[in-house]
Order: sequence, then structure tokens, then C-alpha cells
Amino acid sequence: MKAFTQLKGLACPIDRANIDTDAIIPKQFLKSIKRSGFGPYLFDEWRYKDHGEPGMDCTNRPLNEDFVLNLPRYKGAQVMLARENFGCGSSREHAPWAIEDYGFRVIIAPSYADIFFNNCYKNGMLPIVASHAMVDKLFKECQENVGYSLNVDLPSQTVTLPSGETFGFEINATSKHNLLNGLDEIGLTLLHAEKIKTFEQKHKQNQPWLFA
Amino acid sequence: MAAKTLYDKLWDSHVVHEDADGTCLIYIDRHLVHEVTSPQAFEGLRLAGRKPWRPDTLVANPDHNTPTKDWDKGIEDPISRLQVETLDSNIKETGALVYFPFKHANQGIIHVIGPENGTTLPGMTVVCGDSHTSTHGAFGALAHGIGTSEVEHVMATQTLIAKKSKSLLVKVDGQLGVGVTAKDVALAIIGKIGTAGGNGFAIEFGGEVIRALSMEGRMTICNMAIEAGARAGIIAPDAKTAEYLKGRQYAPKPADWDKAVAYWNTLATDADATFDSVVELKGADIAPQVTWGTSPEQVLPINGRVPDPAQEKDATKRTSIENALKYMGLTANTPIEEIKLDKIFIGSCTNSRIEDLRAAAVVARGKKVASSIKLAMVVPGSGQVKRMAEAEGLDKIFTEAGFEWREPGCSMCLAMNADRLSPGERCASTSNRNFEGRQGQGGRTHLVSPAMAVAAAIAGHFVDVRNI
Repeated sequence: MKAFTQLKGLACPIDRANIDTDAIIPKQFLKSIKRSGFGPYLFDEWRYKDHGEPGMDCTNRPLNEDFVLNLPRYKGAQVMLARENFGCGSSREHAPWAIEDYGFRVIIAPSYADIFFNNCYKNGMLPIVASHAMVDKLFKECQENVGYSLNVDLPSQTVTLPSGETFGFEINATSKHNLLNGLDEIGLTLLHAEKIKTFEQKHKQNQPWLFA
Repeated sequence: MAAKTLYDKLWDSHVVHEDADGTCLIYIDRHLVHEVTSPQAFEGLRLAGRKPWRPDTLVANPDHNTPTKDWDKGIEDPISRLQVETLDSNIKETGALVYFPFKHANQGIIHVIGPENGTTLPGMTVVCGDSHTSTHGAFGALAHGIGTSEVEHVMATQTLIAKKSKSLLVKVDGQLGVGVTAKDVALAIIGKIGTAGGNGFAIEFGGEVIRALSMEGRMTICNMAIEAGARAGIIAPDAKTAEYLKGRQYAPKPADWDKAVAYWNTLATDADATFDSVVELKGADIAPQVTWGTSPEQVLPINGRVPDPAQEKDATKRTSIENALKYMGLTANTPIEEIKLDKIFIGSCTNSRIEDLRAAAVVARGKKVASSIKLAMVVPGSGQVKRMAEAEGLDKIFTEAGFEWREPGCSMCLAMNADRLSPGERCASTSNRNFEGRQGQGGRTHLVSPAMAVAAAIAGHFVDVRNI
């Protein structure tokens, strides 16, 4: 997994509540057996005027010019501003894969769907929960100021606005440690292999039918 | 000992390790696998030179990409075919407790085949790279969807890294009226608490209405826990649960049966246990439900009218209503009963089990699908459901009424195969998501129960199934 420590990046506001993972990456792209290459299809149905299919070259597809990702001022954005319950619906990890492949490393929203939230961490991305008031403020400032960038610092768990104002965010210690160091979670878990085996033996004694 | 909720008991009995910050390693008993969210996980294992910890916990089958007709032609889309063949070769390499390849007599939707073969049991932890894994909570199992990285983690270590959720009790007391089903209860709950209402929670469903439901009905309720934002929905096992499981292929064998049932009987929330939150509904207040928008929380009783954004004071909600009306091609204040349909879909992991098909057939018997309906299809949840329905003559009832009777699979719930809506088409669907584009780009989905879907097929527009 890619490590994440600090990022100063252009913010892009996706101003809609309850964005589901079907919208983030439509189902036809889930037919891929690969983990990469989803970026061009991020928000496909909102981003393009035609119907997208896997493998399509997106460079000449007709753009929906009103969609925020297509506005030249947000080109190269790395921090996504989003509304409540972001990433609801399907568990498809293709959603964070597409967001990350597009170039985003940080999302800031008032709330996320649980599975999506977890999936972000597995891909070196930082989903930040901020208050409704702060998210409203970020949306407003971002929409009003071209080149609006945020400075996200994981060690100190802070986000600094262009004005110099700073807000803090929560992250559990394990996720923070793994993200900072880009650790392979499976490798870490396997350090507990003996503990897993011990548990398994006891579990088998209690419920032998689970091991039939 | 402190009083525990059912969720506490399931959680506590699977904790292998706990970090100082409360992050736990949870042991996983059952791992369901389908073709869409697993290839990258198998590839990850191979690249790292790792092997699955316990292949005997895997229950696998392709379902999302498989066609629902012309099986003799195979899978025509080469990308879909490769994904299904990749699952074949991955399972061949690792082994599994159960594998039903494409066209196997028992193949079906993963959340239908798990329970019907007795591979989902009370007290288990069940995961799958699929959000509707919550379905299996109907058996008193802790079951939830995971991402593909987690699929790989579970395969490699038999554990999942997780933090305990908060607990929410959704209690539905009283009795349901005639014509009101588990699907209507699920939609009414989502309408009440919203699609984010269950975020961060594991929901336990309780109350007289839930206890009175069949196992199929309970699966419908738990299936839609995720649409309320909760990764897991749970219902305490009881005599009905044991009765359902007895004799199924992978259920405990006679030698273990009594011990298993005795254990399952301990899986209930203690009388004096408390929940972080409680929501109550009355069964008698629930009417047949129809979603009008692009989120499952945008739902109304059949006698309702499409909402008017002008009446909504909250700006974000007003915008959501406006967006939904525009996408759905609906005008504010239109009575739900006046909404005309183009297609009807009966199927999905929410409503494709035998009881769903029976309820649909009762309404379809001796009737005809309206001439304005372009396509009405019934997609059974599995080969077993299909054979059972055919043995009962349900397929004849459907085909005589003008429905197509298809092969099992996920089908038009998410339209990864050829079954899909064209732009602008409007569908009464027994599935679980009415998101934009879910059933095909530009397609318009209204979520309903199987009986309501058939009633709409016959009338050509929504009608109150209680009046027919």
C-alpha cells in the first residue's frame, strides 16, 4: 500500500449528498479483473455525454461540460470535497480505485458509508470526516476561489485552509500507523498467526459443525 | 456477567486479537465469493506467494455476469466471460467447500445459494465482497460486505480487521396488513431512518412482525439493512431458523444437531441489555411501499403523491428532490398510482426466493400483463428455487400471464449482464437499489415488493395490491 503523510493539493467540490458507488464507477467497468485503470471512468455517467464501456479510449469522448470534474479550474485536483453519506451502496472497491487512479488522495465529507470508508484506507487514501459547518465553508471557499488548495497533514491530523485556518480530524491509531508507513496489513495480521490458530482450535471444540 | 445484545455475543465470540485503540481481528467462519470482487484478491495472493488459510470456508459461484437466457450460447460478452472463467480457474487452484460454476444445476445468486445449501448458520461470521451480505444476518449470523482488499485479507488470514459498530434496535411490533410484505417493512424502515440512518451501526431487527416473518422474509429485511447504511442486520435465530436449516446439505449433521441448536438458542439479546439507539415502527401503519426517487429513502406508501420540492425547507434535501424528479421524469404531486411502467423485474438477492415467487404468482394467476409493458421478467434466485417453482407450476402461471421465465442470476438488479433498461425506461423492480443508472444508463427504477410488481405489470401502472 502507498504511504500517506502530507499533501498540499487542489480541492474539487462534488456538491451532492448520498453519492453511491454506482455513480462513482458504473457496473460495466467492474468486469475488469485488474485493479488499475479505472480513473478515466470515474463518475462516467455524469462526466461524459455518451455511454462508456470498459476499454474505451476516453480522450475523444464528448464531455458533459457542466460536470465539475470537467471544469478546467479543477484539473489536477487531489482533494475531493463531498457531502454526507458519500460512497453509499455497493461495496465495490473499484470506487476508491477509480478515485485514486484519477488522482485524488484525500476526501473531506461530513460522513461516509462504512464499507467505502474502510476501502479508502486499504488504498492509501485518507477519508476525512469534518463537521457540516466546516464542509459548507470549504465548499463555499472552493467554489469562490480558483486554485483553492488544502494542506492535509496526517501526523498532526490537521487540514489547513488557504486563509491559514486549521481544523483537526480523528483517525484511529491503527489506521494512522498503517497509512503513515504504507504497511501491508496482511503481513501484519500474519504476525498473529499463532493467535489465530489457537482461537481456531477453541472455536472448533465449541462448534465442530463449522469445521465439518 | 454484563447483559449482552445479540451483536455483542456474535462479536465477542469471534475476537482473536484486540489493539489498544479497539481495532480487532475478527475470525471469519464463512467466505462467500463471486466473480466481480474476487479476481484482484486472488491475484494479490498469488503475487505475494500466499495461500488461502481455510479453503473449506469458501462458498463460490458466478452470478453478476451470467446471462438469464440462451445458456447454450454461453456468455457472449468476452469481458464478462473472462471474469467468470477467472473465477473458475481461481477456485480450481485454491479449492472451496462449494463451487457452482456457470450452468451448474444449483448455481444462483450467492446470497440465495448460501442459505439454501445450509452454508449460512446462526452464530457464524459471514463475509463477501458484496454489500448485500447483510442478507445472512437473518440467521443470527454476523454478516456484512467487505471490499476486495479485505477479501484478500480474509483469504490469507481467516480474519478481518474491524472495529465494533454501535448497536441499533429496529423494533416492528403488531401485525402486518394483508398484502404488506417484508419488502414493504424494509422500505418503510429506510424511509423512516434514511439511507445514512444506520451508518456506524449494526442493526438488530426485532418485534412481533419480524418474529412472524418466514426465513425468506427475514432475509429480505436483513438484505436491505445496507440500504439503511448498516453493514450488518441481524435477527435472532429461533425454531423457524432451525426448521429451515434441518437437513440442508451443509447444515450440522445429526450427531452435532442438538448441540448446535442448543448453542443457537443462546443467541438472543439478553432481556436487560441496552442498545445505543432504538427505532420503533408499528406493523399496522405500514402500507405497500413504492420508491419514487433515486435513493431507497425516497419512498412513499402506494396512496402517496410524488413530493413537491417547493415544500422542502432544507436546501440539500430540496436539491436532492429536484435532481431525483428530473432524473425520474416525474412531476411533483403526481399520485404514485398514476405512474406508468415500461418494464417489470422480479428477482435479485432481495426478492427471488421461493416465497417471493409464490407471492408474485398469487397475483399473476389468470391475469395478463398489460399491453403497454414492453418486458416483464421473473428471474429465480437459484437453480433450486427455479426447480421448486416449476414443480409447483409457478412458471406456467407467469408465462401464461405474459412474464418471461428466466435462468437464475443477479440480472437486472444491477444490469451487468444483457438484462437492462434503456435510457428513459421505467421499471417496477423487486431489487434493492433505485440509484441513477443502476438498471442501465438513464433507466428509472421504482422499488416494490413482488406482489406490487405483478400488480403493476397487470395494470400498466402502480396499483394498491390490497385492492385486488
